[in-house]
Amino acid sequence: MSQTTIDPRSLRAPPRRPLRLSWSDERVRAIVWQVLVVGIIGAIVWWLWSNTVHNLEVRRIATGFGFLGREAGLPIAENLIPYSPTDTYFRALLIGLLNTLKVAVVGIVLATVFGTLIGIARLSKNWLLSKIAGVYIEVIRDLPLLLQLLFWYAILQGLPGPRQALHPVGGVFLSNRGLKLPWIEWQDAHSYALLAFALGALFTWFYRRDAIRKRILDGRPRPVWPVALGCLLVLPVAIWAAAGAPWTVDWPELRGFNFRGGLNMSPEYFALLLGLTTYTAGFIAEIVRAGILAVPHGQWEAAQALGLRPGQVLKQVVLPQALRVIIPPMTSQYLNITKNSSLAVAIGYQDIVSIANTTLNQTGQAIEGIAIIMLVYLSISLSISLFMNWYNARIALVER
Amino acid sequence: MPQFGLFLKRALGMAALGLTLALPGHAQAQQAAPANTLDAVRGRGQLVCGVNTGLAGFAQPDSQGVWRGFDVDYCRAVSAAVFGDPNKVRYVPTTPQVRFTALQSGEVDLLSRNTTWTLSRDTALGLDFAATNFFDGQGFMVRSSLGLKSAKELEGATICVQPGTTTEQNLADWARANRIRFTPVVIERLEEIVAAFISGRCDAFTTDVSGLAATRSAQQKPDDYLILPEVISKEPLALGVRQGDARFADIVRWTHFLLLSAEEFGINQANIDQMANDPRPEVQRMLGRNGELGKMLGLDNLWAVNVIKAVGNYAEIFDRHLKPIGIQRGPNALWTTTGGLQYSPPFR
Repeated sequence: MSQTTIDPRSLRAPPRRPLRLSWSDERVRAIVWQVLVVGIIGAIVWWLWSNTVHNLEVRRIATGFGFLGREAGLPIAENLIPYSPTDTYFRALLIGLLNTLKVAVVGIVLATVFGTLIGIARLSKNWLLSKIAGVYIEVIRDLPLLLQLLFWYAILQGLPGPRQALHPVGGVFLSNRGLKLPWIEWQDAHSYALLAFALGALFTWFYRRDAIRKRILDGRPRPVWPVALGCLLVLPVAIWAAAGAPWTVDWPELRGFNFRGGLNMSPEYFALLLGLTTYTAGFIAEIVRAGILAVPHGQWEAAQALGLRPGQVLKQVVLPQALRVIIPPMTSQYLNITKNSSLAVAIGYQDIVSIANTTLNQTGQAIEGIAIIMLVYLSISLSISLFMNWYNARIALVER
Repeated sequence: MPQFGLFLKRALGMAALGLTLALPGHAQAQQAAPANTLDAVRGRGQLVCGVNTGLAGFAQPDSQGVWRGFDVDYCRAVSAAVFGDPNKVRYVPTTPQVRFTALQSGEVDLLSRNTTWTLSRDTALGLDFAATNFFDGQGFMVRSSLGLKSAKELEGATICVQPGTTTEQNLADWARANRIRFTPVVIERLEEIVAAFISGRCDAFTTDVSGLAATRSAQQKPDDYLILPEVISKEPLALGVRQGDARFADIVRWTHFLLLSAEEFGINQANIDQMANDPRPEVQRMLGRNGELGKMLGLDNLWAVNVIKAVGNYAEIFDRHLKPIGIQRGPNALWTTTGGLQYSPPFR
């Protein structure tokens, strides 16, 4: 960037005038209006607030967040961290928050992958593939999400009972109680290996960035894959082996009413995830298609003329430009997935809305309950927005 | 889809609650008498009654879309007491989770929908319970094919339960006390939790025994389902009104007592006109031939005649709606005749 391109007019400061306490002074008028507007808004908020508190008192409806420390007494089917009905409302709501995040995060990842594939398929030269993608997008986008969720849930309920469970391969059972998979018994060694993998991924990322920087300086390619292999595979496995290489598979088996052991995916979670993913993927597919089509054809031809291979054309030339179009609307879709996950109450998945609703029903503190729900969605949505804005700024067109 | 309406209704209910609590000015609120329900009902010309979303025997629209059932007859009785006409009622179906908000926000005047009277609800939720019109208890229903004899055998089972109910909390307490592990499936709409149970998503369905009987009777083959013998809680189902409106609470409470007393004195829909000439002093007072009991309640002095003409006495309501689905009088028999729990204070 160079100073010479800046319009010199913008550098010229306006002449300073002393502030006159007169209505004819523009600045005085501006200050008066602003104070007035802020004052009015403040007064309205104060009035609503004090009336609410007063009326709650008159009607003897309990207020405050003291209930968070009381015993919840409500059973929750799915919990990522230990929970029992004797725990507090706070912990119950925390479980609800984690359940919301569990479906939102996995939903975002799956919808992105699935949506991108469909978007690319719709641009395919293969007539059948592109028509199938087109029909999928039209059908899925035009039906209400709630209807789709109830549809998936009804289908999953139609599966056979646990005693007649579908049993495609050893250890996998599909029944109306959900999908049961074998799972390793988690031990400390596995946690260490996972930690090593995470650190390895971080190191690989920095190494790759450094390698690219050096390559820009001297033009010599430096392969990243040996480092990646070492950090992501060899090191974690070595640590796991050093910790005694524990490997006990937890097979699900039918005992009493239900399956015990193994990893369980409940029909409620599965239906919600399936519904959110397929629905949002329809929108993401169109965003991806729009993004790719937004890159002028000349860019493809220019890249090919430079001798880049088709993969390189897509990766180095087209995608970086397409992403600039894709990312902002994609943020909206991620926010939609998160907020739409609240439809879980209709099919009995205990997300934050479900648990907060039960809480406010038991305690009668509707205003506090709704405030908690709003706070949770606001926090998640703002986090997604912040992250996506940061990412958007990172990939934005850098003009040199 | 009924759900859309329901979600919308809930959202509106919440918004309405926020607004009603926030908006009225200090001056109005400081009179310390929250809206007078009786005047509001009279002014509107209609009683708004919160009922179940559809429970056989208690509240369910028939094939013509007319609401019928035990709880519905209580709405009709209160309407007859206030207006002399049992049909001036608008029914609002409410799920367990929205019912209290609906009452608090003024969306409904009266809750007549299988609601258990508990201390915390009575004190913290901004509502008062006028009278227990049905004594119930929580039980379990399972498929007969499972061959279960007792609820204690439910270790490891998946159990369907509606959220926001005392049932949900009792289930957790009972399981803890009996060291039974279970997986809950919680769905708000009664129709859908029942569908989940029928489809086999759950091994057992738990709610009030009367609700189990109603659900069982509504199935194509009721014999495929078995209600287990254990009753794990007390569920006094009561009529709810907004807190701080003693006058309206009195009307609802004494309408219930009237239905009990009418049964006690043998007054029914068929003989109500002859009973006006019955020489017993309490009957004379009750039916407004003597004294001004109706006026003391702020009603027409012939309110009792109107109520009994409209719905009959407690036994008639019970026999009309609950007997056909296999619910016995049990604890809901009159204390004065067969030693049950239903008992009316004197009309004096």
